[in-house]
Amino acid sequence: MSHFNYDNRRYVIGGIAVVIVAIYILRLLVLQIMSDDYKKNADSNAFLKKIQYPARGLIYDRNGHLLVYNEPAYNIMVVMNEQHGVDTIDFCRTIGISRQQYIDRMAEIKDSRLNPGYSRYTPQLFVSQISARKFSYLQEKMFKFKGFSIEKRAMRHYATPYAAHVLGDVAEVSQTDIEKDDYYRSGDYIGKLGIEKAYEQELRGEKGIKIMLRDVRGRNKGHYQDGKYDRVPIPGKNLTLGIDRELQVLGERLMRGKKGSIVAIEPSTGEVLCMVSAPTFSPDELVGPDRGKNFQKLQASPHKPLLNRAIMGQYPPGSTFKTTQGLVFLQEQIVSTATCYPCYHGFYKGRTHVGCHGHRSPVALNYALETSCNSYFCWGFYNMIMSKKKYGTYSNALTKWKDYMVSMGFGYRLGIDLPGEKRGMIPNAAYYDKWYKSRWNGLTIISDAIGQGEVMLTPLQVANLGATIANRGYYYVPHVVKSIEGGNLDTLYTTRKYTMVESKNYLPVVAGMRNAVLSGTCKGANIPGLEVCGKTGTAENRGHDHSVFMGFAPMNAPKIAISVYIENGGFGAEFAVPAGALMIEQYLCGHLSEASERKAEQFANRFISYDGKRY
Amino acid sequence: MEKDISTNSLFRSLDWITILLYVALVLVGWFSIMGATYNFGDPISLDFSAKIGKQMLWIGLAWICAFSILKIDDKIYDTFSNFIYICMMALLLITPFIASRHRGSMSWIDLGPFNMQPAEFAKTATALALSKLMGTYGFNITKGKHFLQACAIVFIPVILIIMQRETGSALVYLSFFLAFYREGMSGSILFVGMAAVVYFVVGLRYDELAMDHMNTSVGAFVVMVLIWLFTVILDLIYDSNKKHARIMFLGGTVLLAAGYAVSFFIVVFDLSWILLGICVGCILYLVFQSFRNRLPRLLFVAAFCVGSMAMHYSTDYVFNHIMEPHQQSRVRVLLGLEHDYNGAGYNVRQSEIAIGSGGIFGKGFLNGTQTKLKYVPEQDTDFIFCTIGEEWGFFGSSLVLLVFLVFILRLIHVAERQKFAMYRIYGYCVVGIFIFHLFINIGMVIGLTPVIGIPLPFFSYGGSSLWGFTFLLFIFLRMDAGRNRNNG
Repeated sequence: MSHFNYDNRRYVIGGIAVVIVAIYILRLLVLQIMSDDYKKNADSNAFLKKIQYPARGLIYDRNGHLLVYNEPAYNIMVVMNEQHGVDTIDFCRTIGISRQQYIDRMAEIKDSRLNPGYSRYTPQLFVSQISARKFSYLQEKMFKFKGFSIEKRAMRHYATPYAAHVLGDVAEVSQTDIEKDDYYRSGDYIGKLGIEKAYEQELRGEKGIKIMLRDVRGRNKGHYQDGKYDRVPIPGKNLTLGIDRELQVLGERLMRGKKGSIVAIEPSTGEVLCMVSAPTFSPDELVGPDRGKNFQKLQASPHKPLLNRAIMGQYPPGSTFKTTQGLVFLQEQIVSTATCYPCYHGFYKGRTHVGCHGHRSPVALNYALETSCNSYFCWGFYNMIMSKKKYGTYSNALTKWKDYMVSMGFGYRLGIDLPGEKRGMIPNAAYYDKWYKSRWNGLTIISDAIGQGEVMLTPLQVANLGATIANRGYYYVPHVVKSIEGGNLDTLYTTRKYTMVESKNYLPVVAGMRNAVLSGTCKGANIPGLEVCGKTGTAENRGHDHSVFMGFAPMNAPKIAISVYIENGGFGAEFAVPAGALMIEQYLCGHLSEASERKAEQFANRFISYDGKRY
Repeated sequence: MEKDISTNSLFRSLDWITILLYVALVLVGWFSIMGATYNFGDPISLDFSAKIGKQMLWIGLAWICAFSILKIDDKIYDTFSNFIYICMMALLLITPFIASRHRGSMSWIDLGPFNMQPAEFAKTATALALSKLMGTYGFNITKGKHFLQACAIVFIPVILIIMQRETGSALVYLSFFLAFYREGMSGSILFVGMAAVVYFVVGLRYDELAMDHMNTSVGAFVVMVLIWLFTVILDLIYDSNKKHARIMFLGGTVLLAAGYAVSFFIVVFDLSWILLGICVGCILYLVFQSFRNRLPRLLFVAAFCVGSMAMHYSTDYVFNHIMEPHQQSRVRVLLGLEHDYNGAGYNVRQSEIAIGSGGIFGKGFLNGTQTKLKYVPEQDTDFIFCTIGEEWGFFGSSLVLLVFLVFILRLIHVAERQKFAMYRIYGYCVVGIFIFHLFINIGMVIGLTPVIGIPLPFFSYGGSSLWGFTFLLFIFLRMDAGRNRNNG
């Protein structure tokens, strides 16, 4: 067969080569000429992009006292390619490390597994956050250490060692933070806990950038296009908290040697006045080079100091819960203020028995709240759940009851502006259907009536209950931040939330709480001149009972609502009531009287042993 | 006619244009390596411990080899081609066992002061054996038996090289199909084969990239457009009635434009549905016309279109539904899709930046910052073109591409003037190898083809590759130089 037929195929093969080269030249045209000059060069190393870090927002208390501010810290950077002939002995002595540490650190920097972005030509972090004093020594000798440079960064500082749980902390971003938000680069700081985390967006500001031109030898040649593409950093917004510094300080002092929580709320706004969780720690421990070490230590502690008990601790509310029951009974017309129930040292029905202490019988609502009578609330609850005439089934009755509880802010997260809030527990019909295989009635679950059983609340929810009663039927979602400079609070925190109980039905409960302080279980909270309303609680649990107090003052035009939880503190009157009274006095009077001061000192020195030990 | 050709007349009949282009490419390559390995502030050192010095040594030795080859009678290639091929295959076979491990590859033999990669020389041996076989009188590639013989010669080294974990080098052997085509293999095989490769690479490479303002994947869109256009082109070739192709082209264009307008102005939807409709329409139209006008060839065109779509959708299905994630990952890395920092995607991005930063005229010799700052890995071997792009800009890099093009076209011209079939076939083997290397290597550096680690001829650092290409080329030039002898 002649090859003649195929001679023309040379043009096909030549054509393939021509087409390939033509496509590639077109591609080069796009890559090298048509793409935007700046964009093309932005990633180039001829441009040194210097990030300008904004100052993080400051944090003040409600009276304008500075709580958190920034101080410069210094990172030592090294460019490996330029680092020649450094007197390492002198260098190590100046910044206070050993020669071995120096060698190890250099090896770490060069290891591309530990340091993925390593380049010999760009600054690498050598030591982070050296103190201002070391910095000043180093600064003088800097000219001797070729290739080393200093990068200035701001570090968080705390004016007082208090409110660590509320304030939270900042630390270097993790890999997951970077993946979630591309604002962050490795080495940036981000809020990790508390309001530093919740208000990260407001506090962080906006990074700026300076674009410098470098020549081939890496020397600085000034701003690119006279700074046309530079961006000035926008500083973070300052925050003012609802926290009253003095109140917080007193709270933490009172809680010394105890576990538990004190939360105070301003009922008219929902601002959190103090939030104490004990045991606590100093916020200073979580800044600076020792952060990792301290964090691990705190995390390993069996007393869980990192846990913010005020919003993460879930406890049975005990007798403080009786107030809510009174409100429901009145609203559902199970009782009137005149209705009396018998109490012969407790509640007896069938084989169920709930004990009570000795007091006169029968009891109406006001006296029941004053003496914290178990029997009264058991009867009310029993009559409500068993009222088939009114609700049809037990389930319907319990659902109604649950709806009341949810409307008071229980069973779900309130929505405070702090991360990690727990929701507590309000059992519903489905829960009991599953638990008791649908064979339950008002007696089976009677302990819910007195704040035991399955009911669990956070100390914040209990304080919010105090605020709701103080307001006679509504609350604002509690929030730590009072105002944001140049910004508005989330409308969640400025909208009233009404409970399902009418305002008029709150009045008998308020009166009962007032009587409890005047002549009942809360007598320890009676401060002459201040009309305090309160309710004690003794929350049974596996160990020694928790001591609880919930109250507000003054009775009319309330300024503070408070909950005090002292783990294993025994009767409410023993620990929680005096602490609550001191806190109320401090806030309303601005200081403690001499007698109260002595009481406070005494109280602060009382320790509760946990597992036979103090911590 | 003299038996011995005198040195003088040999050198007179040498193709000096090719040699000139070769020397130019090698020298520019050497300067590029200097650019790629140079450190700011360091003096330029030509001593043999540095890469630039070593490459100078390789070049010198390569030229001595080239000269020697020119001195050897070209008849030995006819006589010994099979022997050379067998020896080379034996060497490839034992290579993995005596190889020094070099980044997971087992293709390098340690020879004291330097390493050698036999795979680089196996191409020449294969080209010789293949041209010897195909140049035999009576050989006809369209015959099944002969075609299989030729394929056997090609695929033996392919298998041996894959065993050395050098898949990239093995793929180069596909370029021999260009020589098959020149010698009569049906063009449709070449066309279908190339189309399949293009569908596969484009479909997966750009699968996850969405078109601007459209709910359509770039990969799917481009592949479907290609299927449609290829069908129209095939119809043009096989169909005497040009009206059919025109109807398919215009109809498709109108539909596509309408679909685009709807998607842009009214409701965003996946444009590949429109293209699917166009392709199905073309198939039905072709089948209908084929039966009506008794044109069985149109059925072949329709079959191509059906096959193309089947290929496209099955790749998609196999990749997304059958492959395990780690297998997907391997294919993605092969295609340069995986953007892990040590993976291929990183290299390509850095290399695009480096080339892009070159601009029109480049930053000047030894002034490239991107490549200097070691942002582009393997910049002196597989990614050497990137240095050219950065330091010499659009003009320099286009010029290099054009010189390569002239070089290849010249080789085609030289191959066509051979009297012996064997020599012509060998010439086309050489042409195919250069086209393939150029296509893959520069394509990957500018981010168009998957990252397959094969060198750029005459540019990439390394003795084996330079010598391999020099042998390949000068054997052909020696064959060509003898062409006047047989004129009688």
